[in-house]
Amino acid sequence: MSRKINLTLKVWRQKNASSSGRFETYEAKGIDTDASFLEMLDVVNEQLEKRGVEPIAFDHDCREGICGMCGAVVNGMAHGPEKETTLCQLHMRKFKDGDTITIEPWRANGFPIVRDLVCDRSAFDRIISAGGFIGVRTGQAPEAHSVPVGKDKADWAMDAAECIGCGACVAACPNASAMLFVSAKVTHLNVLPQGQPEKNKRVLGMVSQMDAEGFGNCSNHYECEAACPKGISVKNIAKMNRDYLAAAIKA
Amino acid sequence: MSSNGLDSRVPSGPIAEKWTRHKFDMKLVNPANKRKYTIICVGTGLAGASASASLSELGYKVKTFCIQDSPRRAHSIAAQGGINAAKNYQNDGDSVYRLFYDTVKGGDFRAREANVYRLAELSVNIIDQCVAQGVPFAREYGGLLDNRSFGGAQVSRTFYARGQTGQQLLLGAYSALMKEVAKKGVELYTRREMLDIIVIDGKARGIVVRNLITGKLESHVGDAVILATGGYGNVFYLSTNAKACNVTAAWRAHKKGAYFANPCYTQIHPTCIPVHGDYQSKLTLMSESLRNDGRIWVPKKQGDTRSPDQIPDAERDYYLERKYPSFGNLAPRDISSRSAKEQCDAGRGVGSTGQAVYLDFRDAINRLGKDVIEARYGNLFQMYDRIVDNDPYKVPMMIYPAVHYTMGGLWVDYNLMSNLPGLHVLGEANFSDHGANRLGASALMQGLADGYFVIPYTIGHYLASNKFEPIGADHAECKNAEAEAKKRIDTLLSIKGKRTVDDFHRELGLLCWDKCGMGRNKAGLEEALQKIPAIREEFWSNVTVVGSGEELNQSLERAGRVADFLEFGELMVRDALHREESCGGHFREEHQTEDGEAKRDDANFCYAGAWEFSGIGSTPNLHKEQLEFNEVHLATRSYK
Repeated sequence: MSRKINLTLKVWRQKNASSSGRFETYEAKGIDTDASFLEMLDVVNEQLEKRGVEPIAFDHDCREGICGMCGAVVNGMAHGPEKETTLCQLHMRKFKDGDTITIEPWRANGFPIVRDLVCDRSAFDRIISAGGFIGVRTGQAPEAHSVPVGKDKADWAMDAAECIGCGACVAACPNASAMLFVSAKVTHLNVLPQGQPEKNKRVLGMVSQMDAEGFGNCSNHYECEAACPKGISVKNIAKMNRDYLAAAIKA
Repeated sequence: MSSNGLDSRVPSGPIAEKWTRHKFDMKLVNPANKRKYTIICVGTGLAGASASASLSELGYKVKTFCIQDSPRRAHSIAAQGGINAAKNYQNDGDSVYRLFYDTVKGGDFRAREANVYRLAELSVNIIDQCVAQGVPFAREYGGLLDNRSFGGAQVSRTFYARGQTGQQLLLGAYSALMKEVAKKGVELYTRREMLDIIVIDGKARGIVVRNLITGKLESHVGDAVILATGGYGNVFYLSTNAKACNVTAAWRAHKKGAYFANPCYTQIHPTCIPVHGDYQSKLTLMSESLRNDGRIWVPKKQGDTRSPDQIPDAERDYYLERKYPSFGNLAPRDISSRSAKEQCDAGRGVGSTGQAVYLDFRDAINRLGKDVIEARYGNLFQMYDRIVDNDPYKVPMMIYPAVHYTMGGLWVDYNLMSNLPGLHVLGEANFSDHGANRLGASALMQGLADGYFVIPYTIGHYLASNKFEPIGADHAECKNAEAEAKKRIDTLLSIKGKRTVDDFHRELGLLCWDKCGMGRNKAGLEEALQKIPAIREEFWSNVTVVGSGEELNQSLERAGRVADFLEFGELMVRDALHREESCGGHFREEHQTEDGEAKRDDANFCYAGAWEFSGIGSTPNLHKEQLEFNEVHLATRSYK
């Protein structure tokens, strides 16, 4: 059953990319435990607006855990304490009356802060442009059943393709590495028969762009997998490393 | 086919040959000349991303805009269940003609036949295209594609990728788009919101956008404009749409002359998580695919508060199975939604609010085992549990209808061009293919058909048929449009009233839901028509928007969108009031059969109603496109 709880929020406020930020403290009173985390922020923001204070900027869109737009570090954890849950699907029943909650943006060299909890993740788009596709033009496709795909491969591709591109893996990594994201994207296409012709070019191009964007290296902490709201496995990183090695030898 | 100057430009000839002939008859742009044309595309959902990628592949210069930080986040991503295609892989009697027939009938005979046939015809190419791009559709052990069933059909023709089909199709279209960005065929502009269309010499030649990070207004010009900006479901405030979904791009185009057709055709999806509190920001859909295995019921007794497992079968009413034995739980969306409302209105609803019905998997779990159900719907069950804090493997889900999709949209001809020359409208933003009710798994099909396979042909015909004076972003019309947009922003910031933007949005949404939702009647619609202008007036004198226009200001963004919803809502209500019949998602309580089914009036309303803007608060002009049904003969829909 729903209850009302009172919380203290410590929220990162930062005017824009070039200004320095700081934590501000706000009281969130009478929050319904059935509300989602973002709905709690909505309530706080409406109260701020009525007082003439600029509301907390945060990215969000679908609010059903699939668009990958939302995300903040809550009490030190990317997307908060619930396993395999985006911030929009985290509900206030997971908090206790009187809790203090710290809310910060993703922090990584590859994700410059835009304002408050909003950061710039366009690096991910540039990594996709560097090879995260199959180079087929519209109209060129053969009949769908002409190439059977084993269920094991189709399932593996789908497991990897479930990545929502939120960036929690980067935020959780002590090195701010983007290896989980990139490896999920590489694996999705590299395990499918349709992805074979560009397999080597893809992995080399995407890894090179990842490095150029300023993301750190992977040192096997696996914090990324723990933070991932879609449960993307680090076995994708191992697969990408194998593909990369094979491609680099041939290159 | 024209009436009041509305020419649908449907080609002549037998329905199965129209598109093939039309493709031959249309003019072509020589490959070397394509790069001389610039096409502006707003929106990067299935329709926008697929159009941008395909046009760039052809050699056109494309400028693509989206409101989110990345084109991959457009709301197509949230579509769960699947995409229809007439592949007949199940050997169960499907065909292009059957998909066409089901869609026309499902739309309650208010769609344009020729468009629907083309859609069904192209559906098979879409699956081929997506598989070639690496979309990981569900497969059987033999390595071939699996299908499931959806509402309104008696064949299994829905392709799916777990419960995330929209995500996978969008990632496919997005990857094609990013491939073209890398080749510099597409210039991508993210975090831009379209605020106006630039019309020069009677042709749509560009757009004004606001850079959402810097607040800067920018004009972008080209030779044709594509809007693929989705539907207007958020006029109801609570809907299954993403928070940023809005009517602004379509509405501003409407104010510049594009007709808005059938705005009253809104789809209320039968299986959503019920409303639970006033802080609620959106409603969550539970995929229609759940109705393959879940059974919908309410207690036979009114006000029965026993827990569901204490209610024996004999005291349950599986009302869809009872009323529609041949389609059962897979009755179309409009019918399923209204039936749920009927049960709740009669006092048989369940849950704390009485505004819910059960969707029960007990029998499917007993028959197939929990593992099979988990493999089919695991992510949906998990999502339900997270939101409601109840385990649907043990306790039946509680569901209630919610606003989900809008069939109405900007009027377009067969070439997907609006009456405003050069302005093309794709996907949910147009009105053409779903009539008064869309069948499940058809939205993804339409978005991709429009973007991959229709617009690449028809836009070439438009470009080759017209001459374009060279213009720059410093053209007087661009400056005028920018000045207008700036004035509006400055006004919103200067009001400094007492009510928040969301507060107004909630008030408008609740009014639209009460008076123009699942059931509509004359008195209620007239009341709404009185109240909306009053809310609008208060909005423009008492809204508060904190901050400035020269920075990321999310309240300001929302204020602009709500201001447009306050104008659009009036048109939607007016359309519902004028359409004195019930059809599909538009249910006028005055027009129903004895057993409560929608009663169409084909003699008087067999047309698409396209409204022409004539000023805020002034009665718009109605243009009619008469609909002809030469293939699927007008008949009362029956799913019994």
